[in-house]
Amino acid sequence: MESILNIRQLSKTYQGGGRTLQVLNDINFMVEAGSTLSIVGPSGSGKTTLLGLCAGLDRASSGSVELNNITLNELSEDERAQVRNRYVGFIFQNFQLLPTLTALENVMVPLELRGEKNIRPRAMELLEKVALADRMHHYPLQLSGGEQQRVSLARAFSNNPRILFADEPTGNLDAETSDRVIKLLFDLNKEAGTTLVIVTHNLELAALTNRIIRIKGGHLISDEYNAPVTAGTLQAE
Amino acid sequence: MDRERFVYKKKLNLPWLFLMAWRNSRRNRSRLFLFVSSIVLGIAALVATFSLGDNVRKDIDQQAQTLVGADLVIESNKPVSPKIRPLLDSLGDQRSEERTFASMIYFSKSGGTRLVQVRALQGDFPYYGSLETTPATAGKAFRLQQQALVDKTLMLQFNAQVGDSIQIGEVSFAIAGVLNKAPGRTGLSTTVAPPVYIPLKYLEQTGLVQKGSRVAVNFYYKFKPATDIDQLVKTIEPRLEKAGLDYDTVEERKRNTGRSFEDVNEFLTLISFIALLLGCIGVASAIHIYIREKISSIAILRCLGVNSGQAFLIYLIQIVGIGIIGSILGALLGTLIQQVLPAVIKDFLPIEINAGISWPSIFKGIGLGAIIAALFGLLPLLSVRKVSPLFTLRLSLEPVRSWGDPFRWLVYVLILGFIVVFTWWQVHSWAQAIIFTVSILTAFLVLAGIARLLMWAVRRFFPASWSYLWRQGFANLYRPNNQTLILVTTIGLGALFISTLYFIQSMLINRVTLTGSGNQPNMVLFDIQNTQKDSVAALTRQYKLPIIQQVPIVTMRIESINGKTAADVKKDTSSQISERAFEWEFRVTYRDSLTDSEKLTAGKLSGPVKYPGDRVLISMEEQYAKRINVKLGDSLVFNVQGALVHTVVGSMRQVDWQRVQTNFRVVFPPGVLEPAPQFHVLITRVPSPEVSAQFQQAVVRQYPNISIIDLHLILKVLDDVLSQIGFVIRFMAGFSIVTGLIVLIASVLISKYQRMQESVLLRTLGASRRQILTITALEYFFLGALAAATGILLSLVGSWALARYSFKTPFAPDWWPILILFVAIAALTILVGIFNSRSVVNRPPLEVLRKEV
Repeated sequence: MESILNIRQLSKTYQGGGRTLQVLNDINFMVEAGSTLSIVGPSGSGKTTLLGLCAGLDRASSGSVELNNITLNELSEDERAQVRNRYVGFIFQNFQLLPTLTALENVMVPLELRGEKNIRPRAMELLEKVALADRMHHYPLQLSGGEQQRVSLARAFSNNPRILFADEPTGNLDAETSDRVIKLLFDLNKEAGTTLVIVTHNLELAALTNRIIRIKGGHLISDEYNAPVTAGTLQAE
Repeated sequence: MDRERFVYKKKLNLPWLFLMAWRNSRRNRSRLFLFVSSIVLGIAALVATFSLGDNVRKDIDQQAQTLVGADLVIESNKPVSPKIRPLLDSLGDQRSEERTFASMIYFSKSGGTRLVQVRALQGDFPYYGSLETTPATAGKAFRLQQQALVDKTLMLQFNAQVGDSIQIGEVSFAIAGVLNKAPGRTGLSTTVAPPVYIPLKYLEQTGLVQKGSRVAVNFYYKFKPATDIDQLVKTIEPRLEKAGLDYDTVEERKRNTGRSFEDVNEFLTLISFIALLLGCIGVASAIHIYIREKISSIAILRCLGVNSGQAFLIYLIQIVGIGIIGSILGALLGTLIQQVLPAVIKDFLPIEINAGISWPSIFKGIGLGAIIAALFGLLPLLSVRKVSPLFTLRLSLEPVRSWGDPFRWLVYVLILGFIVVFTWWQVHSWAQAIIFTVSILTAFLVLAGIARLLMWAVRRFFPASWSYLWRQGFANLYRPNNQTLILVTTIGLGALFISTLYFIQSMLINRVTLTGSGNQPNMVLFDIQNTQKDSVAALTRQYKLPIIQQVPIVTMRIESINGKTAADVKKDTSSQISERAFEWEFRVTYRDSLTDSEKLTAGKLSGPVKYPGDRVLISMEEQYAKRINVKLGDSLVFNVQGALVHTVVGSMRQVDWQRVQTNFRVVFPPGVLEPAPQFHVLITRVPSPEVSAQFQQAVVRQYPNISIIDLHLILKVLDDVLSQIGFVIRFMAGFSIVTGLIVLIASVLISKYQRMQESVLLRTLGASRRQILTITALEYFFLGALAAATGILLSLVGSWALARYSFKTPFAPDWWPILILFVAIAALTILVGIFNSRSVVNRPPLEVLRKEV
């Protein structure tokens, strides 16, 4: 199967307060195109750092990240920005919508950046899919948390990404809203055939993906392919 | 799939960048407008001064001929030699002659006396423009009869009416009309000795023109329109020069008037420029905070694929956009202000100033505003390029530090370069431009340094034992998002500016009033003839007035220095002797002792010359000797109204020119000049205006040729002049001060957004309205007080240096106004701070949180 993300001997260290902090140490894995993957681990384990490196938001101290067969380490920040715009979608725990843009404009931005034409209908269609057709001219501050995350979902899928990175996508939502957002996320993902990488504490959410990578203290401690989730399996964990 | 598949294409997509800049500015436009307002006044002041300059230049061009009133004026401050007379009588198609001198006049009805400038006129001068009089016909009619035109200020002062009579010397003239305006005269130039016109044919009868009298002669010429005046002047110049005559053409006067105006205009432009710079610092600081708040938006855009250049441009477009809007608003306001400026400076210029709209000035102002807003905006904007997309994942990331960024240093260089070049453009001197820039930079650096020192000191010596409110207010001075640096700099600079203006003005006025107080002389009688010397002294004593000084004065010119005449010096390009030495008409006295305002610095003062043929050892004032390059032992030949006197420089003196008494550049020994035509000066002190009036009347009645200068009058005139100049400076400095206030309001408002969350949290935790207000008031009190104190202190140092080294006067500032200024600035800062924070304390926390956070 075609690989979309290939991580080799990835390490990340930070310098601060006169000492070196090793956040990630010799991480290796590969993600097949179209698959779904969760990265789980306790707070401070390095999972968000790993997500940042995989998505090209940061540069590794050593090792390599290949995204869609492009070695990100070799690219400048501006080149990585273009890679993100072409191949990557994002969903953040705190939604990260641009506060001065309406819902519709937020969805349109990735497409506008690509210089595509006739993007308005596509953005509107996506907002309809996330059931926000009637709120598309509202600003983020005028939307609830769940609504903001749904706009974020529409934006993430607007540029037909090859891979979607989600950082604790339900971390700021109540249970009911979370369920709705997760369902939407997986439905849209299935429809678009996008690779989905989720960083989460939420094992229920992780269980919905077909592979789970566990990180602890900057080390990859397990990499398991996941059977279809049942309540019993989750309880056993 | 391989690396080749990804080819980086750097696209700018300008329309989208403009769209994003527009979208990004939503919900922030009122704040952006606040940034704009900081530069509006600076641009307004600049456009107003640019427009004024533009209009005055046009007006000078258009009214050039009326500045002179003729095509050519030939001037002499001594009687014209008969040799040159035929030439003078042959020039022009129409000619007029005028003799002017200072004299006292006596108003017969009121009994008042006053020093005036008598202008005895023959011919149809002015040929361009007119003597504007009331009634209008009087300007021509007075020439035909024994009548006079009297300056309107005099008419008002002595409550005189047309038809009344005035006495000038021996002759009584009927007042034909009120003189409102004469060509080339400014309101101020006529204040000390207002003009009175009489027909030339009556001059002789007045008995005022005697040998040794200081009478200037002007010949006015009108030529046929096609005449090349400059060419003509070139031809006759050597002959005029030989005869000691000077000349003035329309072009020459245009240049001179333009030059003196340009000095004023340059000064006003620099004051306006300071207001703009102050505004720009406000803009830079506001943008800095604006960008800090936008970091998360920038990070999101970077996540979505916006490259660093695009992100930078989105914000640069916003800043340049607000710069242009601010500049347009400023240009509009400046054009309105320009309608007022001519009224403010009309007394300083001899022309009618029109307040037309000057499009070049408007465009210059707008361009300048956009450039300078962009330049100052670039400093905080550069950090936009460094915002990492990682901020979307971790908001706790360290803020971007950009000191190592070479572009940052490039921007600093660009800003300094721009200030130097702009200043040079105004003053046309690199040295002055650099001094101006360095002074401004020093003031900024000192203020910024003090602000940083304060932050360090507060942190280092934090008063942990103080109450919570004091600690909180104190801690706000150094905590993240503090406004200490910007507020101390802008408020401090405003305070520095206001107090320096105040100090200089009071220094000038004090210096003048000092000379007029105590036992200092306050009345000068001059033009006393040899024969009148003793009787005038007796009259003075009769009025129980002291004779502080009575000295003879002889006028003369230098004929040669060490054997070299003016012509030799002109030919010899290597000569060190100044050509100006030969042009100067010296007023010389003779004595063998020093006065108390003199000090001998070299040589020995000569005793009386006893025998003809003895060496005549003169004494020179050392500064003047240095200027014309004359040393001890040099031989000088003086032309004493036709007679040549050979002298040697025997001593040098240091003279205190500040004293109200007769001081001389050249002092002769007794025994040489006694037979020469001369007049005497008597200096006295009158105890009151009443005695002054009585004494003046007695002198004028008995000795109509004697002129009197009353120092009270001079003081009043000087006070008027200083008030007018002070008003112009305060008017322009007002822009800086108001800009400082706007920057203050903007900074406080911006800090409000910064502090909102914290104040709401404090409110939520139960802090009372009073407690929040106290914390806010304390913080702004510390800021305002420190900024004002620093600004005033800097100004004290600067003013002391000015007093010590430039004005050479003791510096004794009046502390009350300084204290009032300090309290006013500190109070204003607190007031603005509290006023802007009222929304936090007056509303429930949740409402504020929903709305603002």
